[in-house]
Amino acid sequence: MANFMTTFGIWLAAFFTLSIFSFLYKDNPFYKFAEQVFVGLSASYWLVYTIYNILIPNLFNKLGTDFRGNLILLIPMILGILMLLRMVPKLQWLSRYPLALMIGTSAAMSMLLSFKSDFLSQMAATMVNPFSFSSPVDIVGTILMIVGTLCGVFFFYFSKKQEGFFKVPSKIGIWFLMVSFGASFGYTVMARISLLIGRLDFLLRDWLHIIK
Amino acid sequence: MKKISLLFITILMGLFPLAIWANQPVFTAEDMPWDDGTAVLLKWNLDSKADSLSLQKADSLGVYHEFFNEFSTQGQHIESSLEIGGTYKYRLIAYNRAAGDSSVFTGSATTKAQWFDMNKLSLLILLGLVCGAILYYIYLGRKGKELFIRRISGLDSMDEAIGRATEKGKPILFVPGLSDLGDIQTIAALNILSPLAQKSAEYGTELLVPCRSSMVMSAARETVKEAYMQAGRPDAYREENIFYLSDDQFGFVAGVDGIMLREQPAANFFLGAFWAESLILTETGFGTGAIQTAGTGQPHQLPFFVVTCDYTLIGEELYAASAYISRDPQQLGSLKGHDFGKLLVIILVLVGVVTEILGWGWFKHFFEGGGG
Repeated sequence: MANFMTTFGIWLAAFFTLSIFSFLYKDNPFYKFAEQVFVGLSASYWLVYTIYNILIPNLFNKLGTDFRGNLILLIPMILGILMLLRMVPKLQWLSRYPLALMIGTSAAMSMLLSFKSDFLSQMAATMVNPFSFSSPVDIVGTILMIVGTLCGVFFFYFSKKQEGFFKVPSKIGIWFLMVSFGASFGYTVMARISLLIGRLDFLLRDWLHIIK
Repeated sequence: MKKISLLFITILMGLFPLAIWANQPVFTAEDMPWDDGTAVLLKWNLDSKADSLSLQKADSLGVYHEFFNEFSTQGQHIESSLEIGGTYKYRLIAYNRAAGDSSVFTGSATTKAQWFDMNKLSLLILLGLVCGAILYYIYLGRKGKELFIRRISGLDSMDEAIGRATEKGKPILFVPGLSDLGDIQTIAALNILSPLAQKSAEYGTELLVPCRSSMVMSAARETVKEAYMQAGRPDAYREENIFYLSDDQFGFVAGVDGIMLREQPAANFFLGAFWAESLILTETGFGTGAIQTAGTGQPHQLPFFVVTCDYTLIGEELYAASAYISRDPQQLGSLKGHDFGKLLVIILVLVGVVTEILGWGWFKHFFEGGGG
């Protein structure tokens, strides 16, 4: 029975892989079927996952075993219930409170975190003496890094028209950005090809046994 | 002249014992500065003949146990996870195994919690400056001062895209990224959704907003509903057009791809946080012939958007977008404040590079978190 289920699983996976690949030709009933099964299954999987891995262990179990010691959990529980009130038209407005709390706190938390990692740390990392290196390649590389960073930041300066003298650093900035995008593009395409190879490997080895 | 010589000799005589003291092996244990009172800082400067060490801590019975033995003649070790207000005794044994000799040093420290972490002083100062600038520009904006923002070409396309969708009688698709509400990119995307929804309400064009997270869906519904009301078209608002698809990354992508193929939206907007799915989404949109605008703060996904979309909002432009479109004085003021922050970065980096060349390391150290 176990052997049958393994074989059935491989055939099912091969069917869905080919159905998804069929999209490369055009939209067709096989793709539609695979897409809808995927969307439906994943939505239901995450629903069950949330209930069993978040709600039950973090809320219901804790409140059930030690209610007095976990009174603080009533706050997120009430906020969660307020969210569910979206389904009651007359009380729909109550769901704005948990939403406002969520947006406000996450914005504030991200601000501090981003300011430290994206602003301060990056700034300090660019404050380098390029002439402290012995290799000419390192010296040129560090000068390029400093110029690229400064011009890149200037490209996102919106308070000044990019014309005349200000056009120069802005142009240099976008060139640096585009070169880095190009490098990143090539790198990621290579990673995607390895994903394709993985899928073809599954079809040819596990399903068709062409590759031993 | 005689007085000067006397003074010189006195200074030299004073410095001589100081120099001898400075070369003496030292071991100190002190409360870790600017922390929450749970760590002790142990520092040592050993004799150059020492070849190994053993750092030990006394237990409640006064018996010493080794907890650190990585050797260096001059070094420090931070012992963390201690109790606030506790007094801890330490012993350092420096061995000179070649000579069969050892020296023992002792020290003790009481942990104490500090109210402020002065290592973050630079963060406080810069945050204060940028926030101050934002508040100042918001104040100016509210007073009616004209705040100039240069043209952002990616955003000028928005009217063109909505106009095209209206002409063709097809919907507009807006994907607010795949992240949750905790991501600032999602909040930026919802800020752009508001003026976009307002324009779609004015033109009477259908707006589709598939969401990966239920929280984002709720926030998007509120945003669109408010925008339709502001446009004076609350009757045109369709709650079912802002819907949840799936929490699964590629399940969501498969769903959005299906929508693009079947509904054939004339304009696609992909704004927010995107990961590996960016190319799959925009490539499908490109295939359907839709006019596409994308924007994200994820540097690794931007190349795919640049390649497949008509207009791309690169990083910071995503955050500037809602201010640019709405021309709301509050948002414009905030954007001008951000610009002040960027100018500050350029100046500080330039000064930092110059100070590093001159060998003044304190400037960089201050921004690295050595504020105290």
